[in-house]
Formats: sequence, structure tokens, C-alpha cells
Amino acid sequence: MTPDPISAQIIDYANRADPYPLYAELRKTPVIREDDGTYLVSTYHEVRSLANDPRLSNDTSNRLPGYARTGQPAEETGLPPSFIFTDPPVHDRLRDTINRPFGPPHSPRFLDDLRGELATVVSGLLDAFKGKDQVDIVEDFSYPLPVTAICRVLGVPREDEPRFHGWADALASSLDPSSGGDNHQEEAQRARQELGAYLADLIETKRRHPGPGILSALAPDMTPADLEATAVLLLVAGHETTVNAITNTTLTLLRHPDVLERFRNEPQLAVPLIEEVLRYEPPVQFIPFTTALADIDVAGTTIPKGSPVWLMLAAANRDPARFHDPDRFDPDRKDNEHLGFYTGIHYCFGAPLARMELHAAVPELFRRVKFSGLLEDPPPYRANAVLRGPRHLPVAIDGLTA
Amino acid sequence: MSADTDVEVLRRQGRIVVVGASLAGLRAAETLREQGFTGSLTMIGDEPYEPYDRPPLSKQALLGRARPEDTALPRRRDIDAEWRLGVAAEELDRDAKRVILANGDSVPYDRLLITTGTRARPWFHPEEAALEGVFVLRTRDDSARLTRKLAGGVSRVLVIGAGFTGSEVASACRELGLDVTVAERGPAPLVGALGGVIGAVADRLQRKHGVDLRCGISVTALEGDDVGRLKRAHLSDGSAIDVEVAVVSLGAMRNTEWLVGSGLAAGPRGIACDAGCRVFDVNGIVTDDIYAAGDVARSPHPLFDYQFLALEHWGNAVEQSKIAAHNMICAGPERRPHLWLPMFWSTQFGVNIKSVGVPSLGDQLGVAQGALAEERFVAVYGYRGRCIAAVSFDGAKWLGFYEEQIASGAPFPLEYRTVDRRTEMLQPVDPAFPDPHLPTHGATVTLTGHSPTERRVEFVPAHA
Repeated sequence: MTPDPISAQIIDYANRADPYPLYAELRKTPVIREDDGTYLVSTYHEVRSLANDPRLSNDTSNRLPGYARTGQPAEETGLPPSFIFTDPPVHDRLRDTINRPFGPPHSPRFLDDLRGELATVVSGLLDAFKGKDQVDIVEDFSYPLPVTAICRVLGVPREDEPRFHGWADALASSLDPSSGGDNHQEEAQRARQELGAYLADLIETKRRHPGPGILSALAPDMTPADLEATAVLLLVAGHETTVNAITNTTLTLLRHPDVLERFRNEPQLAVPLIEEVLRYEPPVQFIPFTTALADIDVAGTTIPKGSPVWLMLAAANRDPARFHDPDRFDPDRKDNEHLGFYTGIHYCFGAPLARMELHAAVPELFRRVKFSGLLEDPPPYRANAVLRGPRHLPVAIDGLTA
Repeated sequence: MSADTDVEVLRRQGRIVVVGASLAGLRAAETLREQGFTGSLTMIGDEPYEPYDRPPLSKQALLGRARPEDTALPRRRDIDAEWRLGVAAEELDRDAKRVILANGDSVPYDRLLITTGTRARPWFHPEEAALEGVFVLRTRDDSARLTRKLAGGVSRVLVIGAGFTGSEVASACRELGLDVTVAERGPAPLVGALGGVIGAVADRLQRKHGVDLRCGISVTALEGDDVGRLKRAHLSDGSAIDVEVAVVSLGAMRNTEWLVGSGLAAGPRGIACDAGCRVFDVNGIVTDDIYAAGDVARSPHPLFDYQFLALEHWGNAVEQSKIAAHNMICAGPERRPHLWLPMFWSTQFGVNIKSVGVPSLGDQLGVAQGALAEERFVAVYGYRGRCIAAVSFDGAKWLGFYEEQIASGAPFPLEYRTVDRRTEMLQPVDPAFPDPHLPTHGATVTLTGHSPTERRVEFVPAHA
């Protein structure tokens, strides 16, 4: 019996809780070819260099026939691919436009103005811990905050938020290569259609009655289809990943009581600590949807034109050739140029928002809550190997500070 | 063994003097301390200020987004130095190993680092240069004066010279809503640094933003009124324009005059040093106790045929000063070469311009990504069939890739497919650099030939 290809093992749910030994195995061959002609790249310098290589495309229609075309919407949806699945010049045009109401130089205060509301949400969630001796960090804490944040960013009415949960879940899992099953993809397509119909309505409303949020600001400058595709992307990418980042930080700190103790006394540790979690347990583990536009020589291997390329961010983040003692969680790490938010022109659009949410959530969580330990370690994980994170994180708590 | 002992003694109790207290000098001092130098450190600077950052002075400062006095460079560590600020070095006495200051003080050294940089080339006519309303832009004081003047409201600004500084000033003025005329002797803005093909893009950008751009024109005279205020500029085409402000942006001059008579290979093109930053004397013999770094230094680079490069780039000042500092307190085998790939950036008219390599060496140019017409592109320069430089307009994120291509001597033209590859510019063209013998003021890289010294050493062969 031949062993499964390593990508299959990574996707195998049995390895979800701890994929890192597989990544270590993978790094022994920095560029590995699988039998189907897919290339996995796992070492830091090679991943970094390819992510910045103009010969690598995010538009999967450049793949040779027969390979999965992640991110290409079914024709009947009538929607264009969202900007993460496009290349320049289309990508740059979309991203520049979308950035205008979102960040500097045009809107330097937009995100900053959300801080107060995020803090209020965090306080409310933590207040609800009162009197409990155990909570699920995912359901009770990590999950609600990013929904609020992304709804505020888009300008989605609060009362519609519950409907987003289901759609976001279904769409996020469609990014998972293990979801090749027809059911899964169908479910994702259906979710996207429903969400699309909802957003199309909302966008039309915003066009007539502009309100807060970027959808209103963008409505005059984008086609409804582009705007809808963008909204779906921001919702999915801004939601699931941040939930996982907050949960991963909590899990990692509870697994490192010495760091936790320090953090309680040194609140200024928050910045390097959160960056180290993004290296150590990145919420996006790998990018399975790039394609070589030309033959690319990398680390002694030629990736032929048209090949699917997977960039293994979580493996690169633990490459000993770049990070000293990489399997050690070390908030004192200097020069921590991790790939947790990717690199190059597709660098995480929402990174500043994600960092704001993490900094609103994590310090306050550990300031107010006295933890007595993890109730399940490892916790149960979601199916998704790309947007990897715990489905639940049950913890025992022993009191709450005001 | 004795050399090693010397180095040890130097590291513990040597006297290191840094002449030039700006970016390169500061980073060198920090590196010295970081690497365990515990002797005495003296920082000499002719300006009264502790080291400050210059790039914002022609950008954010003019727009009022940062005050010129708030541009002090962040410190990476305490350097425990004696600061001699506001007093220029006037002479170097190599025999006695001391630096003589303008106030007559003399400062002895065991190792000397020269980071005296450059200054703005002044208007050629001293009386006209002294008119109220005539500015140069290099220092914090220059920037504060110009900012004050612009904020007071002026009818029209004349920018003389459309190199990077001049173009940035013109851009800031337009953003402030001021009328601007730019007079450039060459055929287009930025032509000395990037060539005429890219210069044409810069030309379009300026005009699109409402600059009254006049190329192929020089300013022949600046005319003042009765009380010594600038009122008019006369141009080489016979015309004249009424202006209250003229910003003279004719490039930089290297601060080497104080070294005349020192016997070092120092002149208008800079101070010649080896790849390890050790300065040459006029005979082309390398010294072992005098180092140079930053804008004032020129050193050979293997990627560019070992030609001597003088680089007026922020990043070069940082990298070269670190190498110089390291080498100053190391024995021979531990010394490192300065092999930094030239790189600089500019922001003007809403566009981020970035360059890697040495464009002015290019004999061909091809647009690798994007399109010149969209003012968003990466252009690659070839030199004898290999990649020698790349310039991006709003595409800086790609330059890391081209940097690797340049460093590995990748063939030119580029024949592979990339994202955003258009077909119309695939055929390489002449990048259209002006004749290097004509004076330009846009280049921030100067190729200064293979000889380590400017001055000719007399050599009289013996008669047969």
C-alpha cells in the first residue's frame, strides 16, 4: 500500500489538531510534486519569493484543464470572481477602489472609529461570563465579535447578522480542498446565491439611501456584480479567519501558562504576542489556489506552466532556516516577519481590522477572566484545513474581574 | 597576532570619530556599540541638530503633515557619544590622526568614519541666490523656511530642475493649490535617473496635475525688486515669468572640500573607497583607519562591472554605514563587503515611484507589467543582454522579484509570461538617457568609472 500523498494527509481530518509534523516532513522537500502535478511549496524563502513572483497567478482559469478552479463562480451565478481570485490589472483596480472608503490615504479614520463599538461588544460578551464556571471561547467570545465588525464595515443592519452565520460557514468551508465532494460545493453555491440575493437587495437599498459602511461608499463606483462579489469575499475572509485568530491566541496562551502569567503583568506584551500567534498558528494555513503562468525554477525544481501551486504558509512560518527554534512559542522573538497575513499584492486586505479586533479582544479577555484550564486539549476542530481553527474551545473559568 | 590584539584594544578603548551626524553617521554609531565597541565615540556635525530624516522634508513637511523639527531619526539604541554639533570639520591631518574643527578644536582618532554626505547645489549666481524667495531644499532649516513661505500664500512657485527633489516640491505645491512652473533643462522630468521613456510618463503626470512644465529650457537669471525680493525669472527661450518663490533643485554636491590637502581620494564625485568602505588615498592605496559611507562615498560594485557607484539613497546610507562600522572594528578576515543593490523611492503626484538597480546603466528598456499609459507599471532595464534595473510606478510590491532577477544576472529581455503583461511594449526600446557628458541633475546614482581616484598621480617613467 502506498502512503497517501502528503496533501491528502494534511487535508485528512485526523491531522487537523496538529498538522505541524506533516509540515516539517514537507519542508524536507521545499518544492514537492504530487502525482496529479500539483506543487506544494513549504519553506519560508521559497514561499515568500513565489508569493511575490509575477509569474504566479491567483486566477485559477490559468490552470491546465482537469484541475480544480477554486474561486471561479459557476456561470449561472453571473458573478465575477472576487478580487482575491484575480490578477492585475483587474485586481489592482478593484482593490484600490475598495480600499478608498476602508483605509488610508482616503479614509484614515474609518477603522479607528470602530474601536469604541468593538470594545463595547467585547465588554458585553465578557459580562455574560459572570457566574459561569465554564464557557466555550468560540461560541461565547470569538465568534460574535468579527460578525459585528464585518457588518459594521459593510454597513449590514445588525438585525440581519444571524442570517450571516450560516452563509459564512458554508462559504468558508468551500475554500477547503477536502470539500471536493459535490454536496459540499453545492451547499456552498447555494449559500452564496442566498447571500448574493440578500446583498444585491442591500446594495440596491444603499444605492438609493446611502448609509454608513463601505457598500454605500462603493455603490457609485462599482458594478453591482463586482460589489456583491466583494461583499461576499470580505464577509467570509473577514469572519472565519478572525474567529480562528482569537481562538488560536486563547488556546496558545492557555497552553503556555508561563507566557500567560507574564502577559497578565505586562499588558504591552500584547503586540509581539499576537504577532507570534499569527506565526505559530496562522488562521490561513496555506494558499491552495495559485497557478504558474510560466515555467518557474525554485529551489532546484521547475514548476511547469499551468501547474497548481500550493503555498504552505503555516509550514513556512515554522521554517528553521528563517525562525530560530520555530516550534517554540516565543513572544520575545525579534524580526518576526511571519506570513500569517501572506505577502505581496494579495497581502490580507483586512489585516489592520483583524489586528484591531485581536487587540480589542485578547488583552481584555485575559485581564478580566481568570482561567483555570482547558477542558479539552486538543479541542475539536472544524473540518477546514485551510481556515483551520477549533470548532469549540471549552475552558474552565474561575472568576471575572470588572 | 599583533593585528588581532590591536583590534581588541581598539574595540575596548579606541577613539572613533564620525564626521557627519546624519543618517549614515547615526546608524554607524549604533552598529559600533551594538557590536561591542566600548571606546570613545565622537559625533561631529555642521548642523546644530541631532540626526534627522530627510525624505519627509520635501513631502509631508511641505504639506504641513509633519513639522520639519519633528523628523528626528528614531534611535535604535543609546550610543553614548560625545556630540560636537553645529561645528563643521575643516581639515583632516592624517599624520597626526586628528580632525580639525571650524572653531579650531582638534579631535584625535584611531579610526575615522566620514559620512559628510551632500548639500544642495546652490544657484550659480550668488547675488541672485541671496534674493528673498530663492530657496534650496536639503536641510531641516531649508524645509522649515520653504514651508513657512508656502503657507503664507504665494502667487507662483518656480521649481528649477525636475529631478526627484524638484518634482516632489512641484507635487507638494500643487497639492497645496499653488501655481507651479517647472523649468527643466533636459527633455523631461527625471530623465537623468530614469531616461526619456519613463521621463515622458513623469512629464504627463506633471501636466495632468496642472504643472506648467517647461522642458528643454534653462533659467538664465533671477531678478529681484528694490528691496531684494525675487520678482521675475528669465528663461533661455527669451521669455520671463513673474514668481515670488524659486526652489533651486539642481542636485547635490558632495561635501569633500574639507578633505583637500588630506591626501585622500576625495573630490567632487565623492570619496573613493573599497567595497569594505576603506578610503583610498590619492595614489589608489587603501587606508586602514579611514572609512566612508553614505552619499559621500563611492565604491566598486561587482554587479556593475566593478564600476565605482556613488549612491544618494536613504537605504544605501543605512546599509553601507553598518558595513563600515563593522569593518572598522574587525580584523581582516571578518570584514564584509558592501554589495547592496541600489534602491530608492519617491512619492509625487499621487504616485509611488521605486527603483532597484542602476537604471542609468541600461541600454534597453521593456515594460514588464502594466502600461506606461496608465502610469502604473514595472519597467525593466537591460544592459548587454541582462537585467540591470527595474522601475515601478505604483507597483513597488513587485520589485523584490526584479531585484532577484538583477542580482542573479537574469537575461534581458524577459521572455516569460507574468500577470499584467501587455503586448504593446514587449519589444525593448532605447531608454533614452541623455548624453552622460551633459550636465544633469536628476540622477541619484553616479557611475564614476573604474579609477579609485579622481586626481592623476604623476608617474614619470625612467628614461631608457
